[in-house]
Amino acid sequence: MLKVEEQQPVEFSSVLLVKFDEIAGRYPEGKQKSALLPILHEVQAEQGWLSASAMDRVAAFLDIEPIEVYEVASFYSMYFLKPSGKYVLEVCRTGPCCLVGAEKIMAHIETKLGVKENTVTPDGLFSWRGVECLAACGYGPVLQIGPDYTFYENLNEQKVDELIENLRNK
Amino acid sequence: MARKLLLEHINVPGINTFDVYRQKGGYRAVEKALKTLTSEEVVEEVKKSGLRGRGGAGFPTGMKWSFLAKPEGVPRYLVCNADESEPGTFKDRYLMTHIPHALIEGMIVSSYALGANTSYIYVRGEMMPQIRILEKAIAEARNAGYLGQNIMGTGYNLELYVQPGGGAYICGEETALLESLEGKRGNPRIKPPFPAIAGLYGRPTVVNNVESIAAVVPIINDGGEEYAKIGIGRSTGTKLISASGNLVKPGVYEIELGLPVEEFIYSDEYCGGIANGKRLKATVAGGSSVPVLPANLTLKLANGDQRLMSYESLSEGGFATGTMMGSGGFIAFDEDQCMVRNTWNFARFYSHESCGQCSPCREGTGWMEKVLHRLEYGHGKMSDIDLLINVAKNIEGNTICPLGDAAAWPVASAIRHFRDEFEWHVKEPVKSLDTNYGLANYAEPIAKAEVTTEN
Repeated sequence: MLKVEEQQPVEFSSVLLVKFDEIAGRYPEGKQKSALLPILHEVQAEQGWLSASAMDRVAAFLDIEPIEVYEVASFYSMYFLKPSGKYVLEVCRTGPCCLVGAEKIMAHIETKLGVKENTVTPDGLFSWRGVECLAACGYGPVLQIGPDYTFYENLNEQKVDELIENLRNK
Repeated sequence: MARKLLLEHINVPGINTFDVYRQKGGYRAVEKALKTLTSEEVVEEVKKSGLRGRGGAGFPTGMKWSFLAKPEGVPRYLVCNADESEPGTFKDRYLMTHIPHALIEGMIVSSYALGANTSYIYVRGEMMPQIRILEKAIAEARNAGYLGQNIMGTGYNLELYVQPGGGAYICGEETALLESLEGKRGNPRIKPPFPAIAGLYGRPTVVNNVESIAAVVPIINDGGEEYAKIGIGRSTGTKLISASGNLVKPGVYEIELGLPVEEFIYSDEYCGGIANGKRLKATVAGGSSVPVLPANLTLKLANGDQRLMSYESLSEGGFATGTMMGSGGFIAFDEDQCMVRNTWNFARFYSHESCGQCSPCREGTGWMEKVLHRLEYGHGKMSDIDLLINVAKNIEGNTICPLGDAAAWPVASAIRHFRDEFEWHVKEPVKSLDTNYGLANYAEPIAKAEVTTEN
């Protein structure tokens, strides 16, 4: 369920606004609503999540109703409707990955970060969650980290530890 | 070594770049099609090839193309379905990562065949690295004059764009994909009208899987008849198989259709056998949606003949003793795997991914997930097993799109073939928490009388 967080004015960078125009140019005249999903990805990459204010601005840009943005943002699993950790570790939890140890990896991440699924660490750096099949079943267990969605494959506990340390020191 | 059409040059350094791809004979199909063939002739070659949709449905691609409505003055669209999300399937990711120009070249030839001047590749949003790779490949092809206005002086114009999804399995269903591409929630449309009549923006549209479109390149290069010589019967050509689970060498393999399943699993050219010296218990041959089979029915048909990796052989015996080719997502389970747990895992997947539009699927997938959860965690009742079959039957065929069927089949087939293991979970609720039922008799030769009765 979409819960509108407190409304705060949101600033989009000029780079982002240029991207909006470029994306909207990919579709026939009058079909600019098609730009909605790619634009939401760009907004989330810059802002970290999709606030109601940010979605309202996207609606204004595409000349559609705000509800048309909310209903899309709440339907798709990649859009964050509340602030998340700077790094969200998304671990595949579907069948093939579980055959090769994904559940152990998730348990290890929970212990290592000391937070439950979908909870941000006190330093604001990390959160984690199980996600459905990432189409990398032959390289499981796998996890991805947005906004670039870099992939980490054939995971074991040691690789997870190194990854978390590297991100912490980044 | 078996013949490779899509992955022939996969190990050539730099094959992901335009220059190397071109040196290896890339974009010959574009030259040939646009300069020497009419669009109808390209469609004809694809028809002759016998190519069947590689996304899962297996519908003949040439026939799908010939259904496209062509009213005067109305734009038509080709949309590539790169929303690869079927558990067990990762071949399109592999192809787009390592040899992206195969898809771009296929898109140009296919768009020309369909008379489309704007085409989209809808890639699942999680594949952001592949989206960047494709965008780069498109820019390279454009610089070389294979995209844009008046391509190679032929008068044909084509703009090609990559569209990211938002993370939703349902968008692999072609009408949900079109809704998503229009900037909406991925709710499948009621058909008819089919996309060939009213698709993207209400215009005639063809939606094809990545691998189907890439296969058009060798079909045009060598001719449809040559392509049809590869494979077996109505399963022509080569197929990318994504192999995962408890295998020595999981990964993406290009096979000639008709390869024995046993050879695919155990030969060193392919998966190299079951990992850690274990024995095979079961397989899901075509992505999580197709029926799961025990080891014995994976390797052999009910009559004792070898089972082959082909559309016909995999589905031999119907759902009683067979399965489906699907997307080619081949998942192997070793003797330590719990079929109840895996069935619950898949049921959770479908429950999570149901778009919520149709009640049988929205509610039923959730119920199946809950019942399977209690069976797996030692709170199940014997009546739960038939309850699951009942729920599955009430979803199947009662929804707008095939997600309902896809959710029902894994549950029904797991109970059909592994009922003993489900019953054991009820009888031994404590023991089943930390031990497994094991291989049982699932690899034993099939007694003919047993296999034709149930469900």
